[in-house]
Amino acid sequence: MLTKRIIACLDMKDGRVVKGVRFQNLRDAGDPAECAAEHARKGADEIVLLDITATSGNRGTLLEAVRGTARALFVPFTVGGGIRTIEDAAAVFDAGADKIAINSAAVSDPELIARIASRFGSQAVVVAIDAKKSDGHFEVYIAGGRIPTSRDAIAWAREAAARGAGEILLTSMDRDGTRAGFDCALVSAVSQAVSIPVIASGGAGSARDFIEVFHEGLADAALAASIFHFGIENIARLKGELRSAGIPVRWPC
Amino acid sequence: MIAILDYGAGNLNSVKKAFDHLGAAVVVTGEIDAVAAADKIVFPGVGHFSTLRSVGQIGMRDALLQAVSTGKPLLGICLGMQWLFEGSEECAEIAGANLFPGKCQRFPASVKSPHVGWNSLTINGSPRLLHGIAQNSFAYYTHSFCAPLMDAAAACSEYGLRFTAAVERDNVFGVQFHPEKSGEVGLAILKNFCEV
Repeated sequence: MLTKRIIACLDMKDGRVVKGVRFQNLRDAGDPAECAAEHARKGADEIVLLDITATSGNRGTLLEAVRGTARALFVPFTVGGGIRTIEDAAAVFDAGADKIAINSAAVSDPELIARIASRFGSQAVVVAIDAKKSDGHFEVYIAGGRIPTSRDAIAWAREAAARGAGEILLTSMDRDGTRAGFDCALVSAVSQAVSIPVIASGGAGSARDFIEVFHEGLADAALAASIFHFGIENIARLKGELRSAGIPVRWPC
Repeated sequence: MIAILDYGAGNLNSVKKAFDHLGAAVVVTGEIDAVAAADKIVFPGVGHFSTLRSVGQIGMRDALLQAVSTGKPLLGICLGMQWLFEGSEECAEIAGANLFPGKCQRFPASVKSPHVGWNSLTINGSPRLLHGIAQNSFAYYTHSFCAPLMDAAAACSEYGLRFTAAVERDNVFGVQFHPEKSGEVGLAILKNFCEV
């Protein structure tokens, strides 16, 4: 039986893992290679590394971190942040990523999705969408959540899937870092609009939140960062609770 | 020496890295001579069945079939396993190796496609490739087409339908999932292949 995935996300700035609330007030959470290995050991089904360094002038640091993290990681590894061209994507794959996540660049150049998918396969292309509630719909933001685009998140997810995305990584900006629970309305709307897997992100605080996002949000996977870094939620214990709630998870892991 | 077949499609780093981690001597190569000279061959692959076109064009197909007929162990991974069958509905004009019967087909519309994530393995009998792997162990998949179920399947998984997850006959092995991305279970499977 296909299981629901629990994905540990590492937000990285200048080569270090950090965590903030709504992309602000960043705190140091460690070395990416060490964090990734530890999450995998503790039962994470997948690792995502997002480079949130504001400038694009420091690609060397990212590629070095990807290489170091990929070396001894034998679960799926996705890398995002600042990937704007097929050459950027190729460099990240070459450094050891299995999938790339694209966000702002896909919004400004939607053809990029198809270009990367046709060379590396759709399974390697994750389109990340940062969405914020606004006037009764969910609006897409780019540039690390700084710039509204007036695009509707559900329509954009549908377009991204049609253009060849293999998965959607959907972050609720309203919930990100708050531990107030996933935005199940947002996640279920997108999950029903596309036929590719949807990874829910933003708001994880307790096992109950994960149960809700799988049951009510119809998520295929759920991603969290802060609760795993600081040991608030133990992934093995979380999976035990999900199992008790009737949600299939990889176990033992 | 294990040759990892590079036919110009996709990303072979992960497969090489896993064998490196196991201490196996591997070479990533698209050269027919290097493939012919190797002790074992790994045929990896992700993406669309049409990427296998180059395998036929460069004469690699004959070299692979020749190697198989002389008893050399071959492991197909994902698209590489699908190639062992007659072909795939994904790209009808490209012939598979026809070592196993049937054509690969799309998942039913009742489930999301691609099939992405960790799914459990139902192991049939005692395949050498899956030696020491517990029944219902999980492996990581990412694919939109799947090989038909058959009596000779070494393992199967279920997603909308039951499909062949692993094949094994004499020196020919195949897995639909990605052992290089399946944690300790996957590394144990690759180690078994190193030791056959």
